[in-house]
Amino acid sequence: MTKRMWALIAMLAVAAAFPAAGASRQSGGTLKMVAWEGYLEPLWVKPFEQQSGCTIQAKYAGSSDEMVTLMRSGGGNQYDMVSASGDASLRLIYGKDVQPVDVSKIPNFKQLNPAFRSPPNNTVGGKHYGVSLQWGPNILLYNTTKVKPAPTSWSSIYSPKYKGKITVPDNPIQIADAALYLMKTKASLGIKDPYELNSTQFNAAIALLKQQKPLIKRYWPSGGQEVNDFKNGNVWLGAAWPYQLSLLRAAKAPVKDVIPREGATGWLDTWMVSAHTKNLDCAYKWLNYISSAKAQAQQATNYGETPVNAKACPIMNKLSPGSCAVYHANAPLAYFKQIHFWKTPIADCGNGKKDCMDYTKWQQAWTQLKG
Amino acid sequence: MAAGLDPAQGLGGSAAGGRRRIGGALWRRPWLKGLSLLAPPIVFFVGVYIAAVVALFVYAFWTVDPFTSLTVHTWTGENFRELWHGATYHDVALRTILIAAAVTLTDAIIAFPFAYYMARLATPRMRAVLFVLVLLPLWASYLARVYAWQLILNQDGLLNWLTAKLGLPPANLIYTNTAMWLVFSYIWLPFMILPVYAGLERIPHSYIEASRDLGAKGSRTLRSVILPLALPGVVAGSIFTFSLTLGDYITPSLVGGPSSQFIGNVVYDSVNGAGNLPFGAAFAVVPVLIMGVYLVIARRLGAFDAL
Repeated sequence: MTKRMWALIAMLAVAAAFPAAGASRQSGGTLKMVAWEGYLEPLWVKPFEQQSGCTIQAKYAGSSDEMVTLMRSGGGNQYDMVSASGDASLRLIYGKDVQPVDVSKIPNFKQLNPAFRSPPNNTVGGKHYGVSLQWGPNILLYNTTKVKPAPTSWSSIYSPKYKGKITVPDNPIQIADAALYLMKTKASLGIKDPYELNSTQFNAAIALLKQQKPLIKRYWPSGGQEVNDFKNGNVWLGAAWPYQLSLLRAAKAPVKDVIPREGATGWLDTWMVSAHTKNLDCAYKWLNYISSAKAQAQQATNYGETPVNAKACPIMNKLSPGSCAVYHANAPLAYFKQIHFWKTPIADCGNGKKDCMDYTKWQQAWTQLKG
Repeated sequence: MAAGLDPAQGLGGSAAGGRRRIGGALWRRPWLKGLSLLAPPIVFFVGVYIAAVVALFVYAFWTVDPFTSLTVHTWTGENFRELWHGATYHDVALRTILIAAAVTLTDAIIAFPFAYYMARLATPRMRAVLFVLVLLPLWASYLARVYAWQLILNQDGLLNWLTAKLGLPPANLIYTNTAMWLVFSYIWLPFMILPVYAGLERIPHSYIEASRDLGAKGSRTLRSVILPLALPGVVAGSIFTFSLTLGDYITPSLVGGPSSQFIGNVVYDSVNGAGNLPFGAAFAVVPVLIMGVYLVIARRLGAFDAL
């Protein structure tokens, strides 16, 4: 019996060793990537693996904060790349967790919409820390049968008319949404940029959020949960991503979205390369591949966001008719201007005084707000 | 691991004589037998469990550099100072304790008559059926059961469908502290029923007969005989319901509202969000202390006699 048991254990050990052996046979190396869920779908990852010989291992993160934490875990040598949003990218750049990339080695870079070639959330001092990927606005989503007349201003989520039916993301960066609203409605505060707030401006934004809290049904923890809440009638309006809109539309829920007259915050994601990666070759191959018009269009229509490759539009329309217009992939520059893209709040906001509230303060204030 | 395998290999590979010699040695020294039985669990307990708790305590006295997210290995009480002075953390801790206490009380009230029926009135057949019914929910995933409660409590969910049929106003329960109390009470109920059942079953029938012989009515027997003797079982069950609620963070995030953070949620946010393991560790010490006090009180009440 003991002999048979040892044989069994030996067999198990061999079986456990095999997948590892299989992976190491790959010639191109393995890219371990921290990404948003839905960013590494087989539809566009499989062709890349076949073309390049590089394998991709995905680690999905639920928030920008988690992405930063993952990229720094184990001294920063655990992951090769990250699809960082603008509220994570500067933290990674200033923390020296990611390295500059040479865009001349990325042929598809020249196809990118000029507005997204050197955005301030991934390009510092003329150096590109990664390549822009996709973007989207944080929209105001509402139930058309319950919310009448249709909202045109963010004031609808700060006023008691829909008390107990409002939802916003459980995310410190939501403070910027309050700051954006104040920027447009309370000029005396002198807010120029919703991510660069001095203590007076910051406190005004927090006061607005405190006043909003009793109106809130729930601070939504994930896009999927918000979709359920809209479907089940728990909430009628709130801040959302186009991703939720497309899921709710597919489920035939009576919802519409609007970019209110105050404008909106938005995200711009960037594929960045870890400063400690040993797979730089594969990383560059991926940066070029995912910037191509086809891969961009596939991800855009699949996830529900907007590609930065200017040539992706016709392919998007082929994949899903009309999608180019729905996601504003061909919108004029004026459209981008009303979107204030996420960026990490830092103490130095360029006035030489370093008197802005940094992201740690934002996190603390958010924890205290939720209480 | 290697050290653990060697004796086993020795046993397996040796001849019958060797085996007899070991058997003899074990018979001559009973303590050796006890040691060899206890060694693997002790190694696991000390190496894994105690080590993790010690690491938790040590981490609580470190800090994180906010800029680089690296742990600063300098001893400081900074985290505890922040906890002590932060009104938010007092609210969170108090909410956690109060809801854990409410859940425990609710479960005790529901579990007692149920367990009493199971232990003293039900036929053996009925008792087996009830046992299965109590344990059945534990076969399904905890997460699936919380999601099921979401479906019940939703605005367009089962509960409001029922209230509408009955002509009552809709209950706005989803995403409130009441919803958390309800879901926790449901989820941990089996952990209260079983110890109470064990406590009630141990009461000799002769005690109850003696009480009746002395002229006590049913209510007097319950108050003066059954309840005091069942108390250790109830306290043992309360240790489960209280500590399980105290350490949870999933139910608050799925059915809790805008003001429903538990200690566990703040720990989760500090570790996964802010990357601040030391602060999370410091806050995690709080439930450990609360449970320490609770266990001392439980011991006084004789809860461990029922184990």
